[in-house]
Amino acid sequence: MRLVLERRLAQHGLVALASPLLAVALTLATGAVLFAALGKPPLAALSIYFLDPLSDLWGLQEIAVKATPLVLIAIGLSFCYLANVWNIGAEGQFLFGALAGGGLAVATHGTGAGPWVLPAMLALGAIGGALYALVPALCKVRYGASEILTSLMLVYVADLLLDYLVRGPWRDPKGFNFPTTAEFDAVATMPLLAEGGRLHVGVLAAVLAVLTAALVVWRTRQGFAMRLAGAAPKAARFAGFSADALVIFTFAVSGALAGLAGIIEVTATVNHLQPNMSPGYGFTAIIVAFLGRLNPFGILVAAFVLALTFIGGEAAQITLKLPLDLTKVFQGILLFYILACDTLILYRIRLVQPAPDAISGMR
Amino acid sequence: MGFVEAVLLTIVTAATPLLLAAAGELVAERAGVLNLGLEGMMIMGAACGFAGAYATGSIMVGALCGIAAGAVLAAVFAALTLGLAANQVATGLALTIFGIGLAGVVGSPFVGERIVAAPHLSVPLLGDLPLIGGVVFGADAFVYLSVALVAGIAWFLARTRAGLVLRAIGENPTAAHALGLPVRRIRTLAVLFGGACAGLAGAYLPLAYTPFWVSGMTAGRGWIALALVVFASWRAGWLMLGAYLFGAITILQLHAQGAGVGIPPQLMTALPYLATVVVLVVVSRARGRDRRAQPQSLGLAFVPER
Repeated sequence: MRLVLERRLAQHGLVALASPLLAVALTLATGAVLFAALGKPPLAALSIYFLDPLSDLWGLQEIAVKATPLVLIAIGLSFCYLANVWNIGAEGQFLFGALAGGGLAVATHGTGAGPWVLPAMLALGAIGGALYALVPALCKVRYGASEILTSLMLVYVADLLLDYLVRGPWRDPKGFNFPTTAEFDAVATMPLLAEGGRLHVGVLAAVLAVLTAALVVWRTRQGFAMRLAGAAPKAARFAGFSADALVIFTFAVSGALAGLAGIIEVTATVNHLQPNMSPGYGFTAIIVAFLGRLNPFGILVAAFVLALTFIGGEAAQITLKLPLDLTKVFQGILLFYILACDTLILYRIRLVQPAPDAISGMR
Repeated sequence: MGFVEAVLLTIVTAATPLLLAAAGELVAERAGVLNLGLEGMMIMGAACGFAGAYATGSIMVGALCGIAAGAVLAAVFAALTLGLAANQVATGLALTIFGIGLAGVVGSPFVGERIVAAPHLSVPLLGDLPLIGGVVFGADAFVYLSVALVAGIAWFLARTRAGLVLRAIGENPTAAHALGLPVRRIRTLAVLFGGACAGLAGAYLPLAYTPFWVSGMTAGRGWIALALVVFASWRAGWLMLGAYLFGAITILQLHAQGAGVGIPPQLMTALPYLATVVVLVVVSRARGRDRRAQPQSLGLAFVPER
């Protein structure tokens, strides 16, 4: 018996929709096995992980808040991956955006600055993220250095830069030596959508990003260039689209969105800068982009699924005493299944008997 | 042992995990498979290596556990990218995320535990040679193994028929397939070898470098090893130079921190990562747009037409 992949002549719309769902279902099944292996009741554990957060309004809002940075980052990454450009350093761009915008809050702290501070911080966050992403992009187009490795290396650098700033020059003098900046002033804080709730104005930015991305990808020349470069790089070159310009464009957009996600996260949920600010949003967003099949609306749905794993993981740590790292295990398994199921879209998988040799075939 | 000797020895020790991981990845890449999951395979090798050594008290068993863990993860990668023709970049990232998570779960019972580190060789007289004695005759067994491994790979790729087949598959799998060479089988073996090396490289960290397990202890070494393969232009000999260069950067920044140079420690810690970016730029620039150094089918899925 041998496994053979046969390229499908036409791609089925239904299979394209079913493959992410199948991936999620397989992940849940694997999760049940994993819980059993760790000595926990599988069904109860799955329910704590994936159902309990959905059972009340507070949990749902919490998921939307966690999904916001994931949507923003994944939308940007989907631009890159559509064009076959590999930005995997969104985590670094997220952190750099957070500290570029957060720096203004630190600088204006206690000066009684007006309501211009928050919009300026958001702009600085996006610009900071974009500039940070342009480093690997320029290294790629100017010198041909692999953007995969350079963008990833800069994640460690951004992490250490943040660590240095909050332990050094930006540390709160009244903070009892804790490595954090002072709490941001009210003018540097993201307003809530409704009093007493958890949803903040930044959530709207994620929705806006989805709609804009849908327009750009399907209705503009730049979107066409991205999709063409990914699907058929040679055709894109003959059509006169510059591969270098696409690298710059997709990195700038994804960096800006990751930076925006970073500063939104800081101003809306933590309100100060501190080390280890992100639970790995930049990496999880890679999975979100693929689970959403690089489709803006798909990404919106996928972000909620992955946000659920963060919240479920925290709940499982408290109630089941399961290590928090289990969340990453689930995320990794999910991406494995997504990629495996994607093969179903492109190929028909068949098991064939080894071909009978010529002589036995003659009989 | 003098100060210079001690520094040289720590440089070699810091370079060894990079060299082991990069050597395995080099073989996989020469067969045309880009496995970005190096970091995930290394950290699983570290967790399982520590667990094995802690449970049995044997460094050897620990190393074998690390090798097995790396190879198992590589098998998952091979099943997806070679069996199902999945995207290699994305699958490698998934492997890294999965490996870091699983290593945290596997290693969680061992946080705070210690083992006895792998012993260093001590050759009488020769070990007392000035400057190089301690390095050449006083390192741990893994160091010698890593050097032998690189030499073996260089010989295998350049001088054997199997090595030629492997390189042919990496350059042009379609032509190799037409000649009747088993493309997917050779690639699978190359990926498994790469995984085993990465697992051993990871296991080296808790077994010889720092004799305990910490979550995330590979700290990006898998990614640096990937960059080393590019730096070496896919040639085994150059890997040694690159690995020892990075070992030197790592150790010198540690000594500079210890000596209390007026530079923030975070900047010093960032040095190996920044150096990787700079090295990639310099090497890629020198090579220009000439892509001949790189295996021509690197990272591309291959589905044989029947």
